[in-house]
Amino acid sequence: MSEHEPRREPGIRLTEQQLRARRARSIAIAISLGVLAVLFYIVTLVKGPGVLERPL
Amino acid sequence: MSVTLARAEPSIAGVGDYIELMKPRVMSLVVFTALVGLVVAPVPMHPVLAFTALLCIAVGAGAAGALNMWYDADIDARMTRTAARPIPAGRLARGEALAFGLTLAGFSVVVLGLLVNVFAALLLAATIGFYVGIYTVWLKRWTPLNIVIGGAAGALPPVIGWAAATGTVAIEPLVLFLIVFLWTPPHFWALSLYRADDYARAGVPMLPVVAGADATRRQIFRYTLVLAPVGVAPWLLGYAGALYGITAVLAGSAMLALAIRVRGEARGHAASKQMFGFSILYLFLLFAMLLADRVAGGLFAPLWGHFPTGA
Repeated sequence: MSEHEPRREPGIRLTEQQLRARRARSIAIAISLGVLAVLFYIVTLVKGPGVLERPL
Repeated sequence: MSVTLARAEPSIAGVGDYIELMKPRVMSLVVFTALVGLVVAPVPMHPVLAFTALLCIAVGAGAAGALNMWYDADIDARMTRTAARPIPAGRLARGEALAFGLTLAGFSVVVLGLLVNVFAALLLAATIGFYVGIYTVWLKRWTPLNIVIGGAAGALPPVIGWAAATGTVAIEPLVLFLIVFLWTPPHFWALSLYRADDYARAGVPMLPVVAGADATRRQIFRYTLVLAPVGVAPWLLGYAGALYGITAVLAGSAMLALAIRVRGEARGHAASKQMFGFSILYLFLLFAMLLADRVAGGLFAPLWGHFPTGA
């Protein structure tokens, strides 16, 4: 390998398709976690002090 | 297909594949019946909490679907109806489905317990556990009664809905449970009559494969004979109005008429296909009428002589 060629890093290199799929999955996970956080926030507002009351 | 998966290559699974793992069509029926259980309950529920409960039940159902596809990947690959599912089609590795299913199951149960109530969460956990542990892993490959007993998992969502609103169970949601429970065998046996080759190839001991088509047709009739009157029970017990009652009597009669046709069908599968299609409409009609009855209950009460108990 001559010193002008870019150095190839060892390890797994993702293909274009794998990169795209991973990005889509990451966005979906981020949205899901966001929804979960908002849900907890709204339910806390709705329940008020009763948020810790969870009848069995 | 499985060659690429065996090498554990980086995933190419898209968001759509994961959504498919959750069996969206089954999920929609689960959410609908749970909604009815929730609305029929005498305790009014805050809309945000009702939404949260339904979301958790939907995600829990999705988890059960994903875990089912994880375990049944070998069967799915051999059946034409399921060969295009994400795992047999090679778009998603089994391990991904397992991780996804376990994560969703954990989140749905914990969130339902934290935000709504622990009893409903325990019921949801039991339902997922029953569907995966008892039906998928054990019954499905072992006995022609698989869908009879396994049907309990699909019948529990209205009970979970009721439990989310009230924190308890009562006779009303148990009758709804019974309706879905008794509806499941004729529904799936009608399907399996004209998919028997598929099930036989996959080695799944469905009733037509093990006992033959005639025995299956007789069983479809027997279960429908019990289902039709039980379908009317919510009206007779007084927690559904006449609108529901009349619908249940008419739709139940139609189910029975179809079951009689299926029983007498010597050749071909026209009647069983019709039965399968109508059975979906039957269950939808019954639960939709319960919902309409409750939503418009005040309107119909004086007309039909149905008085909400308000208990």
